Amino acid sequence: MTSPMLEIRNLHASVGGNPILRGVDLTVQAGEVHAIMGPNGSGKSTLAHVLAGRPGYEVTQGKVLYKGRDLLSMAPEMRAREGVFLAFQYPVEIPGVSNVYFLKNALNAIRKHRGEPEVDAMDFLKLTKEKAKLVQIDEDLVKRPVNEGFSGGEKKRNEIFQMAVLEPTLAVLDETDSGLDIDALRIVASGVNALRAPDRSMIVVTHYQRLLNYIVPDFLHVLVEGQIVLSGGKELALELEERGYAWLEKEPAAALA
Amino acid sequence: MEAVATENELYRASFDSFAEGRRGEPEWVGKIRSEAFARFAELGFPTVKDEDWKYTSVAPIARTVFTLANGGSTSPPGPLPEGEGVQIVFINGRHSPRLSRMPPSEKVQVWSLSEVLRKHPAWVEPHLSKLADYEKSAFTAWNTAFLDDGAFVNIPRGAVLADPIHLVYLSESQGEPTVSHPRTLIMAGPDSQATVVETYIGDANVYFTNAVTEIVLAQGAVLEHYKVQKEGLSEFHVQTLQVRQERASNFTSHNLALGAALARTDLNVIFAGEGGECTLNGLFAGAGSQHLDNHTLIDHAMPHCMSRELYKGILGGRSRGVFHGKIIVRPDAQKTDAMQTNKNLLLSKEALVNSTPALEIRADDVKCRHGSTIGQLDQGALFYLRSRGIGEEDARALLTYAFAADVASRIKVASIREGIEAFLGLRLKPSAEAA
Repeated sequence: MTSPMLEIRNLHASVGGNPILRGVDLTVQAGEVHAIMGPNGSGKSTLAHVLAGRPGYEVTQGKVLYKGRDLLSMAPEMRAREGVFLAFQYPVEIPGVSNVYFLKNALNAIRKHRGEPEVDAMDFLKLTKEKAKLVQIDEDLVKRPVNEGFSGGEKKRNEIFQMAVLEPTLAVLDETDSGLDIDALRIVASGVNALRAPDRSMIVVTHYQRLLNYIVPDFLHVLVEGQIVLSGGKELALELEERGYAWLEKEPAAALA
Repeated sequence: MEAVATENELYRASFDSFAEGRRGEPEWVGKIRSEAFARFAELGFPTVKDEDWKYTSVAPIARTVFTLANGGSTSPPGPLPEGEGVQIVFINGRHSPRLSRMPPSEKVQVWSLSEVLRKHPAWVEPHLSKLADYEKSAFTAWNTAFLDDGAFVNIPRGAVLADPIHLVYLSESQGEPTVSHPRTLIMAGPDSQATVVETYIGDANVYFTNAVTEIVLAQGAVLEHYKVQKEGLSEFHVQTLQVRQERASNFTSHNLALGAALARTDLNVIFAGEGGECTLNGLFAGAGSQHLDNHTLIDHAMPHCMSRELYKGILGGRSRGVFHGKIIVRPDAQKTDAMQTNKNLLLSKEALVNSTPALEIRADDVKCRHGSTIGQLDQGALFYLRSRGIGEEDARALLTYAFAADVASRIKVASIREGIEAFLGLRLKPSAEAA
């Protein structure tokens, strides 16, 4: 039997000494798309960052297995090279480094790790053209310094563009929909959908049900106060849209029953 | 004060024998020399009590007795800068004809100063030591007292030179601490256009390069000047660059301070005519226990002049950087447009920078802005790069390079720009720094 893509077992994590995750369990098989919803402050973004290995996010208990291997012991760059990708909620601006230069370095670091030859400038250019089309990102943006002066929508599209180029096996999308208008949302979602594949899993973290009209998940989980209190199919999103999160926050035990 | 004067008196015997050997030179040179030595002895070395030397102690220079360097071998101690075209090389302050490539045409004059003083002193008399004031600076006085050799560059009226002229000053071990006093005079004729590169290179021994460069831009001249300081890491380096801009001239300086244990550059620009423009770009990048001090002064003495200044400091290890940028706008200098920016990046907890912008504005219809920042590598950006598979060390180097990218991108001479990129990519990596 092959191991699941991701297995999270009783994960506890703190930020700045404050416990945020209080025992998360989640299993994601290859090819599945899981959505994680929850109110503000429930720990959604913390979970995303813990998976990517952000310094300052301290795991106090539990374990995370990625393809059967201990993910938490890997440095952030090793996780990326092994195929983990985080689409940031707030992509960082890096003046002075062009998007293409940055991405070529990243891709070659990953390829080198896999024992594949580095891509040359010509092949890389071809690749970026093809992928830019996928997320409908302006080729000029691709050449500009990383995220500098990009609009919110352009930054989010750039995240999906990077994902398309780096072709991860596990992608975590942290509120990729926040701040997007409906057109930008459609573009981002269709880019993500184009990347769905039997050997690629995705975790879509979102605050709003709206995104899930476009990216239809296989499973949906509700995170409240650092724990998954409810799991179900995509239809659960509609119930959350109607009822909100309050009923889950007050009586999580009853809801689980 | 007397005790300090005595220190400089240590050089009197050396000066007397040096002056003795130069009896054949023009009388005016001898006179300048004697006056300068007297002033040097009188001034003593500056101390941290001097406002201009507040953050830079020259005690290591003051307590070392340097012998006057003499010539040296005919082979370069290290690789010469790559490139084609005109190149005049000096070893320990002495012209090396063998390593130099002199201009083939009459388009430009590039001479050894010592040869000019022997054969055509009248060429340099109007400017030599007229710009760099030895009354106030002990180091300029010291250089002037021992003024002997260096480069003389004369770009004739209307000449447009496509290729840079390289002036290379090499320091090489002579077994004991030595001092050399390179002296450069660059005269950019009316409506001329040229690029001059001064490079300072040394090996791993203790010496002191005490340089003075005087630059005159005649009306309408366009001059791009590079200083690439890559001295050895045990070396002391002090230079005064004194620039005078006549009407509607355009001066660009790229000041790259990368080497030396202790380095100080004073770059002083004066607008002596209306409509001048100057751009000062600077990068100082220190590691280990380096101390890199950059003082700039832009004197807007005339109206309608524009100055743009951008200095960036990158400091790792226990290194220390100093930026002091003074802008004076004289009472009649209306319509002055001056902008100064200094940004600093500290790569370690022990690194330190002192940034002091100083604006002295005495005219009322002017535009002057300045800004100064000190920061560290953005942890968010570092994680962002790593989350894409780029290793921590490479990510740090990439961000460090990015910090300096705007200064580097303004460098037009490709070999220098590539050198800076390689330098930032390699030496500033944390592992290299620890080594």
